[in-house]
Amino acid sequence: MKVLIPSALRSYTEHGEAEGSGATLGAVLADLDRRYAGIRFRMIDEQDRIRRHIRIFVNGEQVRDLSQPLRAADEVVIVQALSGG
Amino acid sequence: MARKSSKPANRILVTVATRKGAWLYHGDAARKTWRADGPHFLGHVISHLVLDPRDGRTLLAAAKTGHLGPTVFRSTDLGRTWKEAARPPAFAKAADGKEGRSVDHTFWLTPGHAGEAGVWYAGTSPQGLFRSEDGGVTWQPFSPINDDPQYRKWMGTVQDGTPDGPKLHSIIVDPRDAAHLYFAMSGGGVHESMDGGRTWAPILKGLEVVEGFDRTEASFHDPHCVRLCPSNPDRLYQQNHCGIYRLDRPSDTWVRIGKTMPKQIGDIGFPMVVHPRDADTAWVFPMDGTAVWPRTSPQGRPAAYATRNGGKTWQRLDAGLPASQAWWTVKRQAMTADAQDPVGLYFGTTSGELWMSRDEGRRWACMARHLPEIYAVEAAEPRSR
Repeated sequence: MKVLIPSALRSYTEHGEAEGSGATLGAVLADLDRRYAGIRFRMIDEQDRIRRHIRIFVNGEQVRDLSQPLRAADEVVIVQALSGG
Repeated sequence: MARKSSKPANRILVTVATRKGAWLYHGDAARKTWRADGPHFLGHVISHLVLDPRDGRTLLAAAKTGHLGPTVFRSTDLGRTWKEAARPPAFAKAADGKEGRSVDHTFWLTPGHAGEAGVWYAGTSPQGLFRSEDGGVTWQPFSPINDDPQYRKWMGTVQDGTPDGPKLHSIIVDPRDAAHLYFAMSGGGVHESMDGGRTWAPILKGLEVVEGFDRTEASFHDPHCVRLCPSNPDRLYQQNHCGIYRLDRPSDTWVRIGKTMPKQIGDIGFPMVVHPRDADTAWVFPMDGTAVWPRTSPQGRPAAYATRNGGKTWQRLDAGLPASQAWWTVKRQAMTADAQDPVGLYFGTTSGELWMSRDEGRRWACMARHLPEIYAVEAAEPRSR
């Protein structure tokens, strides 16, 4: 499925859009990490929590649970919540 | 005092880690001209950037950004190219139902023993100790302390540490024995292992804590920077939240040597620098630790102070530095020495200035201005292929 990548993570993907596959959000992020090594840990910590300044939307709805089921037609948007100066 | 050496001097590389990226300053042997190389990782928070003294080529950078998780970047060609660690420092996954910790940032990097090529240690915020055995490509939790109940109690919560998170720092490897290790925690005290990290014990005797707290409790101790003297590995110096100290092993009692500093300056600060060949010589950079702790140069007049006799007396070293209205601070990793003769000293400021002295602090000159807030400065001797 299509995954939109924020600018802060394009050093991994080189593009603003990437392909990921999987039956859950967690599986899609794991697939992205296989394609772009290291990208998952910048978004998800070692306790499988979405990092504080990362937001993930599926079809426009914010998702906080990596076990969220996904379908192939879904669109995943990863957003960096910028903060500080 | 400084002596002329007959040994030809090597080139110096000064690494500068800042809140917004990293810079490399390549110097000539005379340390008179410098070529700036940077920014590397523009916009990343770089807490530490360290050259491996064992090969003179490998650089490790501890990085994060305001919105992404932490990582370590590695270069094997003095910063021409970088590659991310395959497994950056990360705590063990907690058992179901347990609250696990996550690394906010890697704060401190220490190359391993000269006889253990590829070994590195990392200290993190919140406090964690990690080790790599492959030159920084993969990292594993090291020693039991990350999950030990007693150590977790001493580490406290994120509210118990420094303003941007509690930190494990000052990881020291005894040059005579790779299994003899030290580290320090802000907060949480200074700790020693004699068995390669399997067991640890605090070394707190003689250290003061904030008035009203129990000095036998490691949680209340806030070492800012601990250094071991290369010329006498039985001697350590420490800049602490509550003074400057010296420890001569096998004694386990720190001696507060900062009491001999001028009263109007005090003995509060962040960095501690030792001489590469003279264990009686060390440098500090005091800050204002009065009232609400401004953490600026005392009276707006920055100066390093040197002792040449193990802390019995101190000499103010401010020639070339601003004489007034300079309100910056030098952080704990942001002052260092090279191994030349006479020793070169380097420090970076919270206002983004990089200063150096070619004569052990007698005269200072500004190497760079207008950098981002400087977190760490290291001086090393790179090698050509």
